Amino acid sequence: MTERTNSAWSPSSREIERGIARRRISRKQGSIAAISSILVIGTLIAIVVSSPGWEIVKKTFFDINYGREVFPTVIAGLWINLQLTFIGGACIAIIALGLALMRTTKSPALTPFRFLATAYVDIFRGAPLILIILLVGFGVPALRLTGISSNVIFLGTVAVVLTYSAYVAEVIRSGILSIHPSQRAAARSLGLTSGQTMRYVVLPQAIRRVVPPLLNDFVSLLKDTGLVSILGVTDAVRAAQINASRTFNYTPYVVAAILFLLITIPMTRYTDRAIRQRTSAQNSEGAI
Amino acid sequence: MANVLELVEIRKSFGKDLVLNQLSLSVPEHTATVLIGASGSGKSTLLRCINLLESIDDGQIFLDGEEISDPLINVDEIRRKLGMVFQSFNLFPHKTVIENITLAPIKVQGKSKEEAIAAAQKLLRRFDLGDKADQYPDRLSGGQQQRVAIIRSLAINPRLLLLDEITSALDPVLVNEVLSIVRDLKSDGMTMVLATHEMGFATQVADEVCFLESGNILERGSAQEVLHNPQNLKTQEFLKRVHQAGRL
Repeated sequence: MTERTNSAWSPSSREIERGIARRRISRKQGSIAAISSILVIGTLIAIVVSSPGWEIVKKTFFDINYGREVFPTVIAGLWINLQLTFIGGACIAIIALGLALMRTTKSPALTPFRFLATAYVDIFRGAPLILIILLVGFGVPALRLTGISSNVIFLGTVAVVLTYSAYVAEVIRSGILSIHPSQRAAARSLGLTSGQTMRYVVLPQAIRRVVPPLLNDFVSLLKDTGLVSILGVTDAVRAAQINASRTFNYTPYVVAAILFLLITIPMTRYTDRAIRQRTSAQNSEGAI
Repeated sequence: MANVLELVEIRKSFGKDLVLNQLSLSVPEHTATVLIGASGSGKSTLLRCINLLESIDDGQIFLDGEEISDPLINVDEIRRKLGMVFQSFNLFPHKTVIENITLAPIKVQGKSKEEAIAAAQKLLRRFDLGDKADQYPDRLSGGQQQRVAIIRSLAINPRLLLLDEITSALDPVLVNEVLSIVRDLKSDGMTMVLATHEMGFATQVADEVCFLESGNILERGSAQEVLHNPQNLKTQEFLKRVHQAGRL
């Protein structure tokens, strides 16, 4: 393809006029946006700060010195959340892929697995995560099975993995089902077996499509690892709780919240961008 | 001449719709059989049945004398002997041109990567696509995509090539670059069954033209006979409509 060159072009006088007009309009819009932002945010701050309880709230939730003091313990807890997220995330990816494949298989030999996978997804997608954490965290040790650790971090991770595998399996499955049957027909007509068709043609396209929703689930996973604190795991939430209950000052909670946000906000921004790119790619090509 | 393909009274319905009704057809080696007929006359279904993408309700299909409509047959092995090209190209969008073409030779026929790539490049060069090997399908024009799809089906060295309205989704100016490949294949002696609305092209390549209507072949014969001197009233009507649409 030949590129058309743009070097010989210089704008006409009409275009120069239009350029000046456009810049004037955008300057005007910029100042309106700034004024409106200052008004709205300023009002909100004024309402909060002028409220009768503000002085007490400021002391119990926003005590900067105390925040600095508890910061090391909260961030050490956050390190647990991050480990849980990454180790759990890897396990979830493997289990969810297996579940999604089992649910979409038509092979008669795998029929029982298809039923089991469906039952699994129904149960773990339908039950609140916090209940699963409690059941696994307190139920499994009560069984006194040998060889299964009763370490709370381990059991908490297992509970989160069990639940999230069901969510992620459904996302992957929807991706698999979204691939047009003509792709499968094309692959089968070349002599590929159904397994090869899944592996080389359907799955690679399906995974690409579901990356944005999976990133969303990853952000949720990081937040939900905070729930394992109910088992006594000293994660960021638990560390904040210990400090708060010692002094009746809730600043540690705010510190924990800010730390979570520092990780999740960039991740959600990135996810939004990935979704936008995917959408515009789909709109321009139609094929992917 | 031995028949590569033999259809004996095949029948296919989708629910209550009878799509193919007692249809028989013989395709001798090195010949091109052209299926014409209105949309919904059963052309695509017929091709999909031959490729075992659809199962038939009754009748028999023979490929080189072997009954492939036998339920105990290994369908993947049969499909390796059949090339199929679709109206909507159906290239794999996540694979480059060369990966699209070499997937089946490597994974199905067990060829080495080098061997498969060399063979694919030879085909690409032959059909003027040598510089497109590493492009993704969405960077190609419709005509180029369909040519790649044809090459992909040729890469498995099929015994029989099935072409399902391969130019219907194309801009009129791109139609010829695709049809010229088919003409080349025809002069190579490739055995083909093709559904098309391009009557001029049908005249050029067809050894036999079959006019389908309501799932049966109403008229068959040489292109001269069927397209230029049709006997059946329905064929005459169909061709008149095509003629009015400016396709003859």
